[in-house]
Amino acid sequence: MTAQVITVTSGKGGVGKTTAVANLATSLAMDGKKVVCIDGDIGLRNLDVVMGLENRIVYDIVDVIEGRCKLKQAMIRDKHFTDMYLIPAAQTRDKNAVSPSDMVRLCNDLRADTDFVIIDSPAGIERGFRNAIAAADSVLVVTNPEVSAVRDADRVVGILEAEEKGNPSLIINRLNPTLVKNNDMLSAEDVLDLLGIRLIGIVPEDENVIIGSNRGAPVVTDGKSRAGQAFRNIAKRLQGEDVPFMDLAPQSGLWNTIQRLAGRK
Amino acid sequence: MNFFTRKRSATSAKERLQLVLVHDRTDLTAGQLESLKDDLLKAISQYIEIDPEAVRIELERDGRSQRLVADIPLKTPSRHRAG
Ligand SMILES: Nc1ncnc2c1ncn2[C@@H]1O[C@H](COP(=O)(O)OP(=O)(O)O)[C@@H](O)[C@H]1O
Ligand SMILES: [Mg+2]
Repeated sequence: MTAQVITVTSGKGGVGKTTAVANLATSLAMDGKKVVCIDGDIGLRNLDVVMGLENRIVYDIVDVIEGRCKLKQAMIRDKHFTDMYLIPAAQTRDKNAVSPSDMVRLCNDLRADTDFVIIDSPAGIERGFRNAIAAADSVLVVTNPEVSAVRDADRVVGILEAEEKGNPSLIINRLNPTLVKNNDMLSAEDVLDLLGIRLIGIVPEDENVIIGSNRGAPVVTDGKSRAGQAFRNIAKRLQGEDVPFMDLAPQSGLWNTIQRLAGRK
Repeated sequence: MNFFTRKRSATSAKERLQLVLVHDRTDLTAGQLESLKDDLLKAISQYIEIDPEAVRIELERDGRSQRLVADIPLKTPSRHRAG
């Protein structure tokens, strides 16, 4: 094995980075891959709760870097997938406790024995972001179809180009097909045209995402969720499969009629 | 604002973002772009006669790169013919 190190970043906060990391990791684990997630958001630890692992934390990433524990000791095994692990962020420590070269070293130690290392980047373009991209073989930029998120994504893509982290792929998250149809939300085509990078997935707005994080069970484990399906497709694409993009058109008139006839509306 | 003439919001979002991104990427403000245009026109006018009103100089996006596109119609030198 030699791991692919993938960093998920965005510029703007709250667009769905942590959600994407938890779901892509879980989906890759469901496909039988060995996955290690790293929470790079020092001081604002979150991936642990989204993955439902908050009660199992003993050591964190800063403990590993400062030599207080072995790498293996800071790797928390998932409750359901025995080949999925989380290295949590430190919650109390100074975020300067980690440097880009620390991240490169840590990821190199993981490479030999892992299929995918997925790093959750903090918002912004400061130190934590620099740490998160330092070891990346590829970068996924998450955005929402909304002006400030797209603008910040463009800044991040510009920095990645300047750092020669080249060719990031785009995840458009929280797309609302009805708003797009009414021309009250940027369409995926609009966002792609504006940002000019490769698309790897479109994830619809879906309340099951929130229900999933409430339970600490990422939405990909819910077979019926549209967002779950979208994240599972992205995970397949990360494994090199050519999966067609989902049809995100709002449910058709026919569908509504069937629902009405079935007495559900 | 009138409901019937109002532009749908996604259209405004896209148009506004197109401008903002070009300025963000080139690190050029709208004001700086204006003075660039003025300087360019001054330089060109030293050699040939142009109609400043007809000139179009714009920053355009082309994928992830930007280009400065100028369309500068030249005036027909009518007074030379008349003389
Ligand atoms: N596709 C989606 N549909 C609905 N809610 C979403 C979706 N993606 C993310 N969210 C919600 O948005 C919020 C921010 O997501 P999060 O992953 O924490 O963002 P970030 O890590 O970028 O700050 C969370 O409450 C999450 O549940
Ligand atoms: Mg986050």
